[in-house]
Amino acid sequence: MEQEYILITDFCTSHNIETHFVMELYEYGLVDVVVKENIHYLPIQQLPKAEKILRLHSDLDINLEGIAVITRLLNRMEKMQNEITQLKNKLDLYK
Amino acid sequence: MKFIDYYKILGLDKSASQSEIKKAYRKLARKHHPDVNPNDKEAEKKFKEINEANEVLSDPEKRKKYDKYGKDWEHAEEFEKARASQQSAYGGGGQSYSQNYGEHDFSDFFESMFGGSGGFSQSGKARFRGQDLNAELKLHLRDVYTAHKQTLNVNGKNIRITVPAGIENGQTIKISGHGGPGHQGGPKGDLYITFGIINDTDFKRDGNNLYTSVDLDLYTALLGGEIMVNTFDGQVKLKVKPETQNGTKIKLKGKGFPVYKKTDAYGDLYITYNIVTPTNLTAKEKELLKELANQRK
Repeated sequence: MEQEYILITDFCTSHNIETHFVMELYEYGLVDVVVKENIHYLPIQQLPKAEKILRLHSDLDINLEGIAVITRLLNRMEKMQNEITQLKNKLDLYK
Repeated sequence: MKFIDYYKILGLDKSASQSEIKKAYRKLARKHHPDVNPNDKEAEKKFKEINEANEVLSDPEKRKKYDKYGKDWEHAEEFEKARASQQSAYGGGGQSYSQNYGEHDFSDFFESMFGGSGGFSQSGKARFRGQDLNAELKLHLRDVYTAHKQTLNVNGKNIRITVPAGIENGQTIKISGHGGPGHQGGPKGDLYITFGIINDTDFKRDGNNLYTSVDLDLYTALLGGEIMVNTFDGQVKLKVKPETQNGTKIKLKGKGFPVYKKTDAYGDLYITYNIVTPTNLTAKEKELLKELANQRK
């Protein structure tokens, strides 16, 4: 359990944020939250995403709707970049 | 160490108000923030500059010191010491901060002027999970034909990794838990390694398939025969069909590149025949070829 999940309260204490903020992220479908015996956990693989959202929110003052759009576009961008890499590798065939 | 003009970085005058500084910072940060510019080193560098400028100019104490000493910043410490000794009655306890994020987020200029890394930053939030690290590794195509162990030096630490066979040019793999240390019980970050594959072989690669061309002499092409061809892992004997045309492509199944993370699975090798016609014909050869040509009329 300790290795796969992080207590949301620990995460929030570390970032000096309220737990309801993480729950809001969950409601927006931005992060996954796991509830076990009434205790809320953040899956460890969600941490990079959650921390990125926090940075976008605090550094750039972007609201959750904006973050949802940015996240979707960044995912698309990542897919497209992977495609570009594959296409570039294919182009080497003709050089 | 060069003086850094923080006002210029944010595109502001020295008289800029706090709200103008905040506005300028937000505008530039939105453009260059590393989270919206993944894998963009220029943006990362620019953001650090913007962040540092904001760190100084948005903090009245730091801004005052920066404005006061400006280009004479190198003498700031001497001035400060001299001033402190004159004000002996007021003992300054100073503040100690704990630095919780990236060690190299501030320039030498900043560190020299404000010491350490300036304490807790408004924009450089404390991290829980350790920082992710990125590394690039250049390997030759031959190196990635088989899985092999490689030692990487990341931030002074040697990390031994196994590079799986069949990795692609531009592919990134994640080594979990090999990034920066976590804070307050948080997990370590991850190490991301992007591979650059240098192909200095006679083979071209498309995914798991390999492509090459082989010269074939005219007579073998016409009459058929056997030739030795190079594959990626050695030579094989090939039967050439009679009347083979120039540009004919043949497939050698399983003689391509290893499939990433699939044991004993290989792509195919495609060989294109390049028929080479003879040059410097002798009189006898010309005569025979004319005779042959007449046969086809």
